[in-house]
Amino acid sequence: MSTPSTLVQAQQEVVDEFALFSDWQDRYEHLIELGKDLPVIAPEKKTEENIVRGCQSRVWLSAEHKNGLVHFTADSDAMITKGLVALLVRVLNDRRPQEILNTPLTFIDAIGLREHLSPNRSNGLVAMLDQMKRYALAYSSIP
Amino acid sequence: MSTTADTVEKKGYDVEEIRAQFPILKELVHGKPLVYFDNAATSQKPRRVIKAESAFYATINANVHRGVHTLSTKATEAQEAARETIRKHINAKHAHEVLFTSGTTASLNLAAFSLGQLLLKPGDEVLISGMEHHANIVPWQLACERHGAKLKVIPVTDSGELALGASDHLIDQLSDRTRILAISHVSNTLGTINPIKELIAEARKRGIITAVDGAQAIAHLNVDVQDLGCDLCAFSGHKAYGPTGTGVLYGREELLERMPPWQGGGEMIDVVTFAKTTYAKLPFKFEAGTPHIAGIIGLGEAFRWMEDYDKAAMAAHEHTLLEHATTELLTIDGLRIIGTAKEKVGVISFVIDGIHHYDLGTLLDQQGIAVRTGHHCTQPLMERFGVSGTTRASFASFNTVEEIDSMLAATKKAAKMLR
Repeated sequence: MSTPSTLVQAQQEVVDEFALFSDWQDRYEHLIELGKDLPVIAPEKKTEENIVRGCQSRVWLSAEHKNGLVHFTADSDAMITKGLVALLVRVLNDRRPQEILNTPLTFIDAIGLREHLSPNRSNGLVAMLDQMKRYALAYSSIP
Repeated sequence: MSTTADTVEKKGYDVEEIRAQFPILKELVHGKPLVYFDNAATSQKPRRVIKAESAFYATINANVHRGVHTLSTKATEAQEAARETIRKHINAKHAHEVLFTSGTTASLNLAAFSLGQLLLKPGDEVLISGMEHHANIVPWQLACERHGAKLKVIPVTDSGELALGASDHLIDQLSDRTRILAISHVSNTLGTINPIKELIAEARKRGIITAVDGAQAIAHLNVDVQDLGCDLCAFSGHKAYGPTGTGVLYGREELLERMPPWQGGGEMIDVVTFAKTTYAKLPFKFEAGTPHIAGIIGLGEAFRWMEDYDKAAMAAHEHTLLEHATTELLTIDGLRIIGTAKEKVGVISFVIDGIHHYDLGTLLDQQGIAVRTGHHCTQPLMERFGVSGTTRASFASFNTVEEIDSMLAATKKAAKMLR
C-alpha cells in the first residue's frame, strides 16, 4: 500500500474503509485482521525499554528517524489492541515529525473506536500515542 | 427492635421481584440488554438505596454531631440508625464498634496504621495470604517498613485454597513473633471462601490480633463478627448494594480503645490545646472530619434491603449461578478456571488458551456483557498461577441463569472471532 500524501488523507482512508462495516462484529473482525497483518516486530526490539505499559494489555513501540521521516514498528499482546496499534502505525508512519505533531488525530473517534483510547481501558494505547508524539518531538529538532 | 427482628418474615426468593428493584438493569449497552457480571468490583443499587441517599440531600441535609438545629439532629439520627442497622447485621456487640470509612481500602489502612503503631516492633511479623487484594497487602507492607517488621505469606494451592499446615499446626507460617493475621474472608479473584473461623481461633490462642478483609463476603455470606471471633473486619458499602465512598471497619471495643487514632481533625477530638489533644470516645476517635453522611444513610438502607431477604436463599441462588456457569464454561475449548476451591461464592475467573483477556472483555462488552478483566488488584496471585490476567464473572442476587447463557453464547462468539 503506498503512503497517502498527508496524514489527513491517511485518516480519511481509514474512515472510508471502516464505513463499509455496518455492525460491531464486522468492525472488530476487520480490526483483528489488521492486527494479524501488522509486520512482526523484531524480537530484539521487544525490550523493557520499548514497552508501553498498560494495566490490561502491553504495547511495544520503537521508532527510527530516516531521511527526515519517522518510522514506527510496534506490537501488542492483545489482538484488538494490536489492530489499533496497526492503524496508528499505518497513518503516522513515514511522516515528517512536524506533521505528526501538528495534525489532530480524529479517525479513531470517526470509526467508533474511541472507547479504546479512554484512560479507563488501560490498554497502553494512550501511552503509545503519547510516546509516538514524543519521538516526533525529539526528531523534530534534528535537521 | 432487636427482639422482634428474628421473627420478622423474610421475603421469598423471586429473582424477577429483585430485578425490578434495580433501575440500571433496564439499561442497554451497545444496544443490547445489560448483563452485569462485575459485582465483585461493585454491585448495582436497588431503588430504595438511591432514594434514601437523595432524600437526605432533599430533606435533612446538615452536618452531624455539630448543630443544635433540627436538621442536624435528624441527620445525626439517620446516620446513627445506619450504624445500628449494620451492627445488628454483623452481630457486633456495640454500635460504637462500627466505624464508618470511605471503603475497605480506607478501613484496612486505618487498621494497619493504627495496629502497627500499637503492636509492631522490629523483628515482629505480620501474616497475610497469597490471595490477598493489594488493599490487604500494601498497607501491611507499609506498616512493616515503618516498624522494622516482616511480612509473611500463607501460600495458595493449585485449586486456589490456602496451603495450611498439618492438623496439629494449622498455619505453618505462625511464629512466636507473629503479631497480626490479616486475611480475606473471600478471595476477590478466585471466589474461595477461606476457613477464617478456624484460622482466627488458632491465632487467638496465641494472642495474635486478627483482621479480616470482608469486602467480598459481606453481600454473599452471613458475617457474624462474634461468631468469627475476629478483632477487626473491613468491608465496603458499594459491594453490598450500597453507595460508593462508604465502608466499615468493625473493631472489638477493647482493641479499639487501645488503638491510636489514624487521622486527626474535627469530630475525633475531646479537648484540643497546642500542648496536648485528648480524643473523643468511640466511634468518633476514628472518624475525623465530616463523614459521607448521605452515603452512610444509603448504606444503612442497603443493609435494611438485604435484611428483607433470607441471606441463605440469596447465597443458594448465587451458588446455582456459579454451578451453571462452571459446568457450561468448561465446555469451551481451551478454557481453564482459575480457582476451583470446594467452598466458593459466585465468582468465576477463567483464561482461554491463545485469547487475551482484554480482547475477550472488549468483545463481551460489545454484546452488552460487563465482566472484569485483568489482574483484579492481585498481582502476586496472578504470578502464582502464571497468568497475566483473567476474565472474571461475579454474580449477585439479581443475576439469572439466562444471563449466564447469554455470556456463554457471547464468549463462544468472541472466541471464534479471535481464533
